[in-house]
Amino acid sequence: MSEYKFIGKPINRIDEKDKVTGAAKYVDDINFGPNLLYAEIVESPYAHAKIVSIDTSEAEKVPGVVKVVTGKDFPYKFGLYMKDRYIFAQDRVRFVGEQVAAVIARDPKAAKKAAKLVKVEYEPLPAVFDPFEAVKEGAPILHPELGSYPHVPWYYPHGGTNIAHWRKVRKGDVEKGFAEADFILEDTYRVPRYAHCCMETHIAVGFVDYNGRLTIWASSQSPHTQRHLIAEALRPLGFTEQNIREIVPYVGGGFGGKAGVTMEIIAAALATAVKGHPVKVRWRRDQEFYNTYMRQQVVSKLKVGVKKDGRITAFELTNYWDAGPYVEYGANVVNASALSATGPYNIPNVKIDALCVYTNLPAAGPYRGFGYSEMMFSVESHMTRIAKALGMSPREFRKINGIKKGDPLAYGAPMNENGLIECIDKVADAIKLEEKEESKDPKKAIGKGIAAIWKAPAMPPNVTTSAFLKFSEDGSVNILLSGMEIGQGMYTVMAQIAAEILSIPPEKIRVELPDTDRNPYHWQTVASHSTWLLGNAVKRAALEAREKIFDVVHRAFYYEKDHLYLEDEKVKCTTDPDFELPLKDFVINGIMMEDGTYRGEAIVASGSIMVEFASALQDPETSQGGHPNVHYTVGAGGVVLEVDKETGRVHILKLAEAIDVGKALNPEILKQQLIGGAVQGIATALYEDMRFDENGKLLNPNFTDYKIPTALDIPDEFIPIFVEVPQHDGPFGARGMAEHVMIPIAPAIANAVEDAVGVRVKAMPITAEKIALALLHGKKEVDDFFMVPVKKKEV
Amino acid sequence: MERVPITGQGSYRRIKMEKKTITFTLNGEKRTIEVEPNDILLEVLRTKLGITAPKYGCGRGDCGTCTVLLDGKSVRSCLILAIEVDGHEITTLEGLSKDKLTPLQESFIEHSSFQCGFCAPGMIMSATELLQKNPHPTEEEVKEAISGNLCRCTGYVSIIEAILDASKKY
Repeated sequence: MSEYKFIGKPINRIDEKDKVTGAAKYVDDINFGPNLLYAEIVESPYAHAKIVSIDTSEAEKVPGVVKVVTGKDFPYKFGLYMKDRYIFAQDRVRFVGEQVAAVIARDPKAAKKAAKLVKVEYEPLPAVFDPFEAVKEGAPILHPELGSYPHVPWYYPHGGTNIAHWRKVRKGDVEKGFAEADFILEDTYRVPRYAHCCMETHIAVGFVDYNGRLTIWASSQSPHTQRHLIAEALRPLGFTEQNIREIVPYVGGGFGGKAGVTMEIIAAALATAVKGHPVKVRWRRDQEFYNTYMRQQVVSKLKVGVKKDGRITAFELTNYWDAGPYVEYGANVVNASALSATGPYNIPNVKIDALCVYTNLPAAGPYRGFGYSEMMFSVESHMTRIAKALGMSPREFRKINGIKKGDPLAYGAPMNENGLIECIDKVADAIKLEEKEESKDPKKAIGKGIAAIWKAPAMPPNVTTSAFLKFSEDGSVNILLSGMEIGQGMYTVMAQIAAEILSIPPEKIRVELPDTDRNPYHWQTVASHSTWLLGNAVKRAALEAREKIFDVVHRAFYYEKDHLYLEDEKVKCTTDPDFELPLKDFVINGIMMEDGTYRGEAIVASGSIMVEFASALQDPETSQGGHPNVHYTVGAGGVVLEVDKETGRVHILKLAEAIDVGKALNPEILKQQLIGGAVQGIATALYEDMRFDENGKLLNPNFTDYKIPTALDIPDEFIPIFVEVPQHDGPFGARGMAEHVMIPIAPAIANAVEDAVGVRVKAMPITAEKIALALLHGKKEVDDFFMVPVKKKEV
Repeated sequence: MERVPITGQGSYRRIKMEKKTITFTLNGEKRTIEVEPNDILLEVLRTKLGITAPKYGCGRGDCGTCTVLLDGKSVRSCLILAIEVDGHEITTLEGLSKDKLTPLQESFIEHSSFQCGFCAPGMIMSATELLQKNPHPTEEEVKEAISGNLCRCTGYVSIIEAILDASKKY
C-alpha cells in the first residue's frame, strides 16, 4: 500500500472536544463521595538530619482528624531501578521538604491545622549540595548502606561513597586520539536543575475496600509500573498486583515528572491505614517543585580533539550529576546519557565517565529529553566553538562528523538508519546560518546558532506493551491500552494506525484511558517510545481483527480470504466487484445463512510486542557489548535571535527545527508538539532558574519566582521540519520525537548569543543579567553559576 | 469562635468561623449554599457544587487554570472567597456550552489547540472575555489577553491561531 488514507494526514485530535468542553476529567475532578479523607504531609525543614522523635498526640486531638501516621507505620522501601527510598523518612531526612509523617482528616483545613501540631525532633547532620563536594573524601555520606541496596544489574553503585552509579564508556584509545589531534578544546559547563511545571500538580487517591483491595487513582504516566512498584513495597501488608488496581483519567501534563513512583505511594500507604475511606493527596504547587523528581543538575568537564580537516579524533567527558538524595529513577537518566554522550557523531576514541552523585538537594530524575537535554548543552556548545576555532562553518563541522547508518556507537553497536545530515542542512538553510544579519536597532545585535541532537529511548531491554481492540454494533471501535495521553496526541495517532488498517475513520475509534484491571500492559509512557512500540502493538491488534473479519466473511460467503479487503468501513472482494458488506452489519451480530443459522463472532483482537533485540549486558569498565538502545531519533535545531546589548535581553526572531521522525503519522500534531517543546527549551535556556538557600531550601517554588513562558514570550516565527528516513521496524516507518524537540534549543541559543555579541555562556540559564554583565565588563566567557549556595552556614 | 494559628507565626488571633448562606447565579442557575468565611471560591465550586472545569494549578493566582467569569470579567477563583460572590454571577466553562459549543470552542477543536488540556478551561474563559469585549483583536491583543493563563504543552501558537480564527466569526 503506497497511498494512505489516514496515516500522514493532519487529523484533528480525538480527545480535543473532551478538553474544550470541560468533559475531560482529571483525578481531582472525580467525585469520591462523602467518605473522602484528605491528607496533609509533615515535611522536613532540614536538608540532612536524624529523626530523634515524633510526637503526634496534639495533632490527633484536632477535631476531624482520623489518623496520623509516621515512617514507623510503613518501614517499606520502593524504587524502579534501585531501592533507596522509603515511603516516609525512617530514621533520617535527606532534603528539605521530605515527607516525615501525614495527617489524615475529614477536611483539608483540619488536616493542615493538625499537621502543624506534629512535633518532630531532629538532630541536624552536615549536608552536601554540590556534586563535586559530595564525591570528596570526608563528605557527609547520605546512604551508609548503599552497598546493600537492591538494584538492576546495569547500575554500579560505590558503597561507602555518595556515588550511586558510575557508568564508564571506553572506545578506542583517547590518549592516542588526543596525540593525533591538531587542536584540543577543553572546558567545563554547568546545567542547573529545572522543574517540569505540569499545569496539573501530582495527585493520587488511594482506597482500600473492606475486602482488602487497593484502588489508586493517579495522575500518572505509568499505571502498570506504579502498580507493580506499589505492590512490591506493600507486599508485607499482603498486597500483590492482583489486589491492586490503578486507574488513570486524563493527565494534565507529564514531561517525565509523572513517570516513576512519586507521591502516589503515599496515597496508597495511607489508604491501608483507613480502610473503607478514599484518601486524597494533592500536591500544592510548591510541593510539586520540591517533592517530585525535578531535572538533575550536571557539571560537565569536556575535552575534544580534532584534526585540521575537522575530523574529531578524541572525546573525553566526565559528568558529575547532582541527583539529590534518592536516585531510584534518576540514576537511569545518568546511565542513558553516558551511553550517548558523544552526541550524534562518529568518534573513534571515546572516554566517558558519568557519576550519579547523592546530594541533599531535592530528589531529581527524568524530565523531557531524559539526560540529553542536560548534556547536549555542553557537547553542542563545544562543537560550535571548535568549528569556529578551525575556521569552519558549524554546519560543515557537524556534517563531517555526523553519524551514519552502520557507524559504530560509543558502546560498539551499529547506528540505525537516520537523516541527520538532512536535518542539519534543512535547519541551517532555514535560518540562513552562514548569512550575517544586522539589526535595524543599533543597540541590538543579531546572532544565529544551530545544534544537532539525537536521543534513544532509555528503557530496560525487555520492555513490552499491548493493546486490545473491540467492535460495537455501529461498527465503531474501542482500543484499550495503558499508554497515557499526556498531551502528546498519542490516542489520535493510535486511532489513525488502527483506522488505516481497518479502513474506519479515526473519529469512529475511541482510545480508552488506562485502568490496570481492564486495559492491557504498557510499561510506561516515557522515552518517546510509544509511537514506535505501542504503535506496533495497536497495528498487530488491528491486523488480528482484520483477519477475524475476513474469516467470518469466508465462513459465510466462501470467498478466499486472500481476495478480501477493507474499504470505507466495508468488506470487499477483488474477485467479486459487486460484493460489499458493511462492518456494522456483522461485527457483533454475525451473518445469517439461508437456513437461519449465523456465522460470526463479536470481533475482538489483541496485539502485543516485546523488544527482543536489546540487551543491557555490557562490560562495566567499557560499556562494550550489548545493545542497550533500540534506535536513535536524530534532529537539529537553529535559532536567529536578537540581543539587546544594554540589557542583555534576548528575543528569538526565528526558530527552526528538523527531526527525523521516520514517518510523520500526523504532521499537525507533530508540528504542535515541536513548537511546545521548543518553547519549553527556550525557557530553560533563557530564564527558568532554580535557587536554593545555603541550607538547601528551594527559594522559588512558585510561578511568581520561577518563570515559565507566557504567550508573550514566544518566538516571532517557527519553522517545523520533518525528515522521513523510515524506521525499518516502526509502524508505517515511524519513530518517536516527543522529547527530542526540546534538546537542541539551549545549545543553539548559546551558540547564537556568542554569534551575536561574542559572549560564550557556559552555565545555563543564559540570562539577560549574565549577558549584560559580561558585556559591561568586557568578558568573553561566562561560567557564573548561581544555583549552588555559595556560602555555607553551620546547620 | 475558634482559635486559629497563623502560619508560622506562633501567635493567635480570633476569627469568626460562623457559616454564612450565600446565593449567586452559577452558569445561569440560582444557587444557594452555606460556606465558611474562609472558603475559597475555586474549592467551593469544585467540591460543593460539582463544577470541575476550573482547576487548581497554583493556588496563588499565577497560572490561570482556575479562571472563571465574575459578572463577565475574568477572575482567578483561587484568589476569591466564596462569600464575595454572594449576589453576583459566575460563569465557568460548563456554562458556555449548555446548548451548543461557542464558535470559539469550535475553533479550538478545529485547531486541535490543546495538548494535555488542563489549562483549557481557564484559557477559554479568558479568550471568551476578550472576544466579548474586543471581537476583532490583533495578535498582540490576543497574546496579552491570555498571558495570565500558563500552558506548558503548546507554546501557545495553536491557541492564538484558534482565537484569531474564531474572531472572524463574530
